[in-house]
Amino acid sequence: MARTLIQLPATARRGEVIEVSALIAHPMETGYRPGADGRVLPRDIVRRFACRYNGELVFAAELHPAIAANPYLAFHTVATDSGTLEFEWTGDQGFRQVERRPLQVT
Amino acid sequence: MASSSRTRRLLLQAGAAVTAQVLMKAAWAQPTGELAAAVAQFAGGQAVRPGRVRLEISPLVDNGNVVPMRVRVDSAMTASDHVSEIAVFNEKNPQRDVARFTLGPRAGKPDVATRIRLATSQQLVALARMSDGSVWSDTVDVVVVLAACIEGE
Amino acid sequence: MKRLSACWIAALLLGCAALPAAQDTRRSGFAEMGASTQAMQRDDAGNPAMLWVQDGEQLWRATPANARACAACHGEPAAMRGVAARYPAWDEGLRRPVNLGTRINACRQRHQHQPAWPAEHQELLALEALVGLQSRGQPIAPPDDARLLPHRARGEALYRERIGQLELSCMQCHDERAGGRLGAALIPQGHATGYPLYRLEWQALGSLGRRLRNCMTGVRAEPVAYGSEEMVQLELYLASRAKGMTVETPAVRP
Repeated sequence: MARTLIQLPATARRGEVIEVSALIAHPMETGYRPGADGRVLPRDIVRRFACRYNGELVFAAELHPAIAANPYLAFHTVATDSGTLEFEWTGDQGFRQVERRPLQVT
Repeated sequence: MASSSRTRRLLLQAGAAVTAQVLMKAAWAQPTGELAAAVAQFAGGQAVRPGRVRLEISPLVDNGNVVPMRVRVDSAMTASDHVSEIAVFNEKNPQRDVARFTLGPRAGKPDVATRIRLATSQQLVALARMSDGSVWSDTVDVVVVLAACIEGE
Repeated sequence: MKRLSACWIAALLLGCAALPAAQDTRRSGFAEMGASTQAMQRDDAGNPAMLWVQDGEQLWRATPANARACAACHGEPAAMRGVAARYPAWDEGLRRPVNLGTRINACRQRHQHQPAWPAEHQELLALEALVGLQSRGQPIAPPDDARLLPHRARGEALYRERIGQLELSCMQCHDERAGGRLGAALIPQGHATGYPLYRLEWQALGSLGRRLRNCMTGVRAEPVAYGSEEMVQLELYLASRAKGMTVETPAVRP
């Protein structure tokens, strides 16, 4: 389980646009870098990020080796109903991680 | 007398407009080669219009390994008029793609940020595809200095 | 007459209080970074170093092989407030100065009966970052301990010594030429205010020792060994050189 840092407000007013940020520990090995033995290390990156709000996709990102290690993403979403935001990262070597955060909408 | 001064004024205005356009075009070079091809592929036949997109990145970066970048688009994000996709391409990394973001009216604000890698000083292009199919762009030149000390690990 | 002399004394005292202290020209490397890197350090939700702090919080409560957790003796991490600001410090058991990493390892061996972590081990760095964070915002406060004096003096001598094929001393770049440029890079004063820190060049968290070794390799010198006396002596000198500056741990640097 990779460490993650996720930030979003705990509560929001209905219709308010909130900022969400998500950072995950991952080397984002580019596939161009030689290792200690001189051979190029195989690519190992997070390839996709998706944020689902009460099951509905509200933001997705397709990442490439040009994204820095420990990838950071910040985006916005409209607070509609109270519920759960689900964050999913998938990538090379079968990498998959899901985190959930509650959002209270008043 | 009145009509000739009016004509002079019109000519001066036209001249100023042309000069301004020329100056703006000279501010950055048009993307060429693979970068232009990547942009064209994303646009899928649509004209790529400069404007509405702002690619925010430090013109001089501290370290090319981790470069904060933000893309904002001028759009009200309504159901009928919103940004559906944002893409960023680079000029001189091993690959042109940097990232693609899928948005929609639920995004609220077309404002995304991430941190990227830049191998060297180069040009970056950010593109936004709108719900009406139009494609808008912003182009930025970034200077990347390499660390002076070869440190090894 | 009595009232007048009282006034004079009062004026003298006030005058002394009003005399400006010598200008502190020391600058943290933070001031020399671009705005977006500064923002990265300031934002706890965006500072990659906080990933290690998170790990540290878990390790603080972990009970390896059923040994006592750090929390069992020390309570909450907040109890470590001010500790990192006083390191390097004298260690009674080893009878020499130690940096925070060595101290954490010593605790691990003595009280948890676990083997010491090797230098730059991710879990050691995580605990160093957690403990260091508890001193964030506090002034660097090297202890006033006479036993440290000869070591601090040795550290200063090492700082001034020309080393490597390039025959450069720390002092030549970081005292004499700070603010100047090496290639296109700005030369910082090199105050160790934020270690362990997330270095963009490493794309990882690392200790002051790692940074010192990098610099030495940079001037083509044999780098001091992790855990060596010279390393802690240099760190001791750097702490006194940065005395009073604010702890920024866990910082971000280019």
